[in-house]
Amino acid sequence: MDVKKYVIKQISIFSENRPGRLAAIAHALGEENVNILAFSIAEANGFGVVRALVDQPEKAYKKLSSIGFNVAFTDVIAVHMHDRPGGLYEIAKMLGDANINIEYSYAYSGKEGAVLILRVDQVVDAIEKISKSGATLIESSVFH
Amino acid sequence: MRCWEPRIEEMPIAELKEMQYKLLKSLVYRLYSFSPFYHDRMKEQNIHPDDIRELLDVRKLPFMFKRDLRDSYPDKIFTATQEELVRYHVSSGTTGKPTVVGYTQNDLNGWTTSLARALTSIGLGRGDVIQVSYGYGLFTGGLGLHYGAERIGATVLPTSVGNTERQIELMQDLGSTAIACTPSYLLYMGEVAEKMGVSIKKDTQLKAGILGAEPWTERMRLRIEDWLGIKAFDIYGTSELSGPMFTECSEQNGFHVWSDMALTEIIDPKTGETVAPGEKGELTITILQKEALPMIRYRIGDITSMDEDVCPCGRTHPRVQRIQGRVDDMLIIRGINVFPSQVEYALMAIPEVGQHFQIVVDRKGALDDMLVRVELNKESFSDKITDLMIIKEGIEHKLRNALNVNADVELVEPGSLPRYEGKSKRVLDRRSL
Repeated sequence: MDVKKYVIKQISIFSENRPGRLAAIAHALGEENVNILAFSIAEANGFGVVRALVDQPEKAYKKLSSIGFNVAFTDVIAVHMHDRPGGLYEIAKMLGDANINIEYSYAYSGKEGAVLILRVDQVVDAIEKISKSGATLIESSVFH
Repeated sequence: MRCWEPRIEEMPIAELKEMQYKLLKSLVYRLYSFSPFYHDRMKEQNIHPDDIRELLDVRKLPFMFKRDLRDSYPDKIFTATQEELVRYHVSSGTTGKPTVVGYTQNDLNGWTTSLARALTSIGLGRGDVIQVSYGYGLFTGGLGLHYGAERIGATVLPTSVGNTERQIELMQDLGSTAIACTPSYLLYMGEVAEKMGVSIKKDTQLKAGILGAEPWTERMRLRIEDWLGIKAFDIYGTSELSGPMFTECSEQNGFHVWSDMALTEIIDPKTGETVAPGEKGELTITILQKEALPMIRYRIGDITSMDEDVCPCGRTHPRVQRIQGRVDDMLIIRGINVFPSQVEYALMAIPEVGQHFQIVVDRKGALDDMLVRVELNKESFSDKITDLMIIKEGIEHKLRNALNVNADVELVEPGSLPRYEGKSKRVLDRRSL
């Protein structure tokens, strides 16, 4: 199977933990007409990392770098969950049983169902395990 | 020639100390008897010349500060009459009122000898062409180097400062083998030369730079040596000591302070106590042999450390490391002296952060709190918080090792710390607010 088409380019942005930083990022992306499809913020002492799936990652990367942000791409995968009790458990258990570690994750529940975005330590293994289990991976082309 | 005066430069340390003791004793007697300034100072401290019974007794003597020189402007503490003086130099006064230094003929001879020894120690001599690109005039740099270079039989090219393109032409045409100037002027000269299509490395005979009169770092030394194809030597002095006096030898590991001319101490600027051997502190010098303006325990305000072991070059005179900061820059954090330059030095060895930093000092309850803000490099950015925390904690660990005091580190976005064109202001001390 072509695992590559399931690998999604997440954009990660280093940000100081102070008022106005998220607004600065969002404003820059808005100016470039980049749409944010999903995002999360991880925060530590004094700084944070903003992670986002956007429709035009290269454009977002260029814009944010040009105004001085530290930006990086990270490979993530996205899985359709059953939007009902136990839906998350099915995916998490399968990965746990396969000894694949979830480094971080975030989710959204939209009109086309619940989606879990995962950063795992073994991307290819995870894609193969998930598709074998019958769960649906979302192709990167859906996002960008 | 290896040594200008081998008998003195390689004299066994015990003999040198004996010589210093005798010179100190006679200096103290002379000043107590003939200098109202020192007489009063010693009286105030209840010290009599008879109390100086060994070299270490220098520690009983009162300190002298730059302000003492300013207060005695222009020549109140000179110990020679105007008729005995053959020259004046005047400091620029950028940090206050100018100070005047007077020289008898013997003082000039001593200064010249000091530089003759120094220039010989870096391998210069007859046959060399020494381009003196320090300013000539009231500033001591130009004339000092000039006489020192002539004394060792080198050919002096007295270009002074400025007219850089002409300096480069002359450097080529007359075959300068060494140049004396500030490190920043030499870097500028290298850039101008490149614009003229001249490579100092390939198109000139330059082999040595005698660089000083402003702070510089080991990194700058490597950059200069690599780029210009020369050896770069630190030179040290201040107008109060006569001018530029001491340079590194061929070992390039600290400048030799001639013990027969100066007695060097490194003291804790806060307590005035001598620091342990090799520790950092304020350079304090007693000028042993000057006639017009001798000085006892003069606190220059420069921070450095000293190595008293015999140098691999064979010289027995102590070596003082390149100046690492000024007492005025010193922070006291929970009773420990911290210099911004130490922070800079520690950060330079950490690839994950840039060269810009800011120190914020605050008081939390009764405790001083130090925060160092550093910019995270682009290449080191990881999407994982744990990786970033490892970088942050790694820097904290390295700072703690370097400073002996805990510092919190804050990773900030690249380009977010203030930039300075002139003198940088890296410390934000909120404790006094």
